[in-house]
Amino acid sequence: MILLSQYTLLFASVLLLVALGGCFAERSGVINIGLEGIMVIGALGGALVMKFLPMELGAATMIVAVILSSALAGMLYSLLLAVAAINFKADQTITGTAMNMLATAAATVGVKAMNTAASGGNDVSSDIVYTRARDAFIVRFGNFEFNWFMVVALVALLVAWVLLYKVKFGLRLRACGEHPQAADSVGINVYKMRYAGVMISGILGGIGGIVYITAGVSSWKFENGVAGFGFLALAVMIFGQWKPFKIALAALLFGFFRALGNVYTGFDFLKNLNLPSGIYNMLPYIISLLVLALTSKSSLAPKAEGIPYDKGSR
Amino acid sequence: MKKKRSSILRYDGVQTLLASLLCILGGLLIGFIVLLIIEPSGAWEAITSVLKSYFRYSSAKMQLKYLGQVLTRTAPLLMCALSVLFAYKVGMFNIGAAGQYVAGACAALYMGIALKMPWWVCMIAAMAAGALLGAFSGALKTYCNVNVVISGIMLNWIALYTTNMVLSMDGIKNPMSPYTMQLRGLNTEGLIPQMGLNTLFGNEKSVTIAIPLAIVMAIVVWFILNKTKFGYELKATGYNFHAAKYSGMKENRNIILTMMIAGALAGMGASLLYLTGIEEWETTISSVPAMGFNGIAVAFLGGLSPIGSILAAYFIQHITMGGGNVDLSVYCAQISGLISSLIIFLCAFVAFFKLAIQNRLRKREEAALLAAKPEKGGENA
Repeated sequence: MILLSQYTLLFASVLLLVALGGCFAERSGVINIGLEGIMVIGALGGALVMKFLPMELGAATMIVAVILSSALAGMLYSLLLAVAAINFKADQTITGTAMNMLATAAATVGVKAMNTAASGGNDVSSDIVYTRARDAFIVRFGNFEFNWFMVVALVALLVAWVLLYKVKFGLRLRACGEHPQAADSVGINVYKMRYAGVMISGILGGIGGIVYITAGVSSWKFENGVAGFGFLALAVMIFGQWKPFKIALAALLFGFFRALGNVYTGFDFLKNLNLPSGIYNMLPYIISLLVLALTSKSSLAPKAEGIPYDKGSR
Repeated sequence: MKKKRSSILRYDGVQTLLASLLCILGGLLIGFIVLLIIEPSGAWEAITSVLKSYFRYSSAKMQLKYLGQVLTRTAPLLMCALSVLFAYKVGMFNIGAAGQYVAGACAALYMGIALKMPWWVCMIAAMAAGALLGAFSGALKTYCNVNVVISGIMLNWIALYTTNMVLSMDGIKNPMSPYTMQLRGLNTEGLIPQMGLNTLFGNEKSVTIAIPLAIVMAIVVWFILNKTKFGYELKATGYNFHAAKYSGMKENRNIILTMMIAGALAGMGASLLYLTGIEEWETTISSVPAMGFNGIAVAFLGGLSPIGSILAAYFIQHITMGGGNVDLSVYCAQISGLISSLIIFLCAFVAFFKLAIQNRLRKREEAALLAAKPEKGGENA
């Protein structure tokens, strides 16, 4: 039971971070299908720091450095989407899909090259091991492993809420997603706001990536990407109706079902059902389809999302 | 925009070809830079061996044999690309092609190994499975307003785990390995017939009529989209959903039907691979096979035309096989995956690139017109 709640909170943290990222991009008017790829690159950025930063610098330095490097990696990668979608008015779905494929391919090639060079050709895997660095993030209360990333997610939630609803910036950002022409007519720079939206989504997606790969394991095979978590986060965002606190609740729900897949063997009644593990692996996706089918009819999506803004079309 | 004496750049096909070539060049260039960063000394050799692919074998027989393997893998990829472009013409982004492909593999292998059915039954089953999944996405879109991209992605994973479970059953999975049993040994009727095609390709076993079948399907898709009333209605629905509705087209039916056809194409693609015996399904696989996603790359690289997709599908498989040729103690085979994903990313700019060409042509034309008759304004497209 402790294990279940621990994993639920961890996976919910990932989903919350990434879904908030998606929320910022979409609120500014850009659909970010590339979150999955941003997660991979963010995870890579964080994992490299975990591998190479000496442990002697202390846990706090490690935590800050890892988060900053993941956020930076995710943000830089999200610029690919920003440039294509905002400046070049490219199709956002294709760009996002390409970014997902590109991220896994680039991470695999990069990590393999690194491992191959370091081992003189003996190790051609795409794994990064970070067993010791991972401990910096964990505080044990009895059997419960508290993870600092949970706090990060909570802080992100509060900051996102303030940014979106309590300051001028948020009002402007939302205006660009609902009616960019109107926003432009009162002097808001739509391109700048959309850049901000996409880059914030890159930061949050990148942090989400490192949280995901360190959630249950102490090494990661980058060939595997992040198993559709970026897309799951998009479902969470839609279910949460593009509102931070509803997204948080949705993330908890989805995180629970995802966690069940990891720990169901610990529950006798679930184990006795003798279902193949595939069923549990499928659960989050089935639930999200069901939820989407039931809730999408009256969509509250930002009205201008996915439409490139063209100054001339006012 | 139909004027005589206009430059060759004016043709849409030429613009598309030019844009695609530019994407390929860009992808190769960035790929080359990546190789240079990893290890400069062998980078040139590596990129040429990716491009040479099977031509690195000196004997003509070996070249033909490996060309046969490339073509065998081109057929399913082409089908996935057709699936993506068919849906895209109707305004939907069928990222679910990957899952429809997986469902097709599941149905084809189940029918072939467990029920020992002949190949054409397996193929129809694969098409039906893909169509079912596609129709489900389409129905979710029309009745519940669920974005096809999102439902497609969820269904990809559901299809993957279901397939792993189904194909792990006794009698299908090889008890000694994570793969399914070989179709070749169990049910030769289940293999797509070769009809002598293999003799053209150095007796490569995997060469079957799957290859011409895929090309025929490309022509059929082209015909439906461009030469039939049905295709016209589908495209109209994609261009403007409401206009189609008010002019009396059955817009909901059209969307579901489109996704069904797209799904059937992807499902058939899987049967064209797994029923040739070139590969078995790995039942422990934890990520959706790349074939469907590569189909997206091919569809866009082929300029969203069925005929262009044939060339693009071949090109992608050509460099994928070439990826295995690089010096694996320094580089890795995924370099070709990197190049193909770079190519799709660049393909997102194709529309912009074409627009730039058109704008330039129009400006030149306007300037010419103004010079001729100063009192009249330029023509607006």
